[in-house]
Amino acid sequence: MPADERDPGLQPERTRLAWRRTTLSCTVVATLAGRQALSEGTGPAALVAVALSVLAWLGFLRVAHLRVLSMAAARPRPMSPRSALTSAACAVALAVFAAAMLF
Amino acid sequence: MNEIVRGLRLWFAPQRLREEGDTPDYRFSLANERTFLAWLRTALALIGGGFAVAQFLPDLPWGVRTCLALALLVSGVLCALRAVNHWVRCERAMRRGEDLPVSRFPTLLSLAIAAAALAMVVVLLFGWDS
Repeated sequence: MPADERDPGLQPERTRLAWRRTTLSCTVVATLAGRQALSEGTGPAALVAVALSVLAWLGFLRVAHLRVLSMAAARPRPMSPRSALTSAACAVALAVFAAAMLF
Repeated sequence: MNEIVRGLRLWFAPQRLREEGDTPDYRFSLANERTFLAWLRTALALIGGGFAVAQFLPDLPWGVRTCLALALLVSGVLCALRAVNHWVRCERAMRRGEDLPVSRFPTLLSLAIAAAALAMVVVLLFGWDS
């Protein structure tokens, strides 16, 4: 297959949409995290929790955006372990904030 | 155990992954990436479920609600970490031309979710007060 020919199976396109879906899931979770933090009131602890959740969300958004951009190539390079680790770490961070806000 | 440690080392050393074997067809790597993303969405759904239990079930006693939410959050974290681990192992197996790794994690997760759903049904049917 020549380098400039598109893959007929649209693999880059499907991968890009998978990143979009995952970004949407992450947005829902981040919104719930913000709601949870603000349900207790708007003290300094709640604001810190909201800020950290937004930070985790932005971190995921950055990885997803860079990966979506790299899907424009005819033969995208494989995902780097750092991207995988960062996106999973953002999910874990949201879960940890959630657990911290339970108490 | 040794295998787990070696897998963990791969998480933080991308160049080591590139050194192994040959680069597979990019379509296989993208398929592996989509599988990873599907697992990450599963993890996010579990974490979101933990938030939902904590926020939308105010009638449950505090202890029950917290335990249920914590169980969902912990399983979400496990699912996210395992997603990274499985992605690395699949990527390495493809580079080396080996068989893809098998895993009993999906079975365990399904059983855990089934048990949690069953517990919820019992709670809803009989309530905690009576």
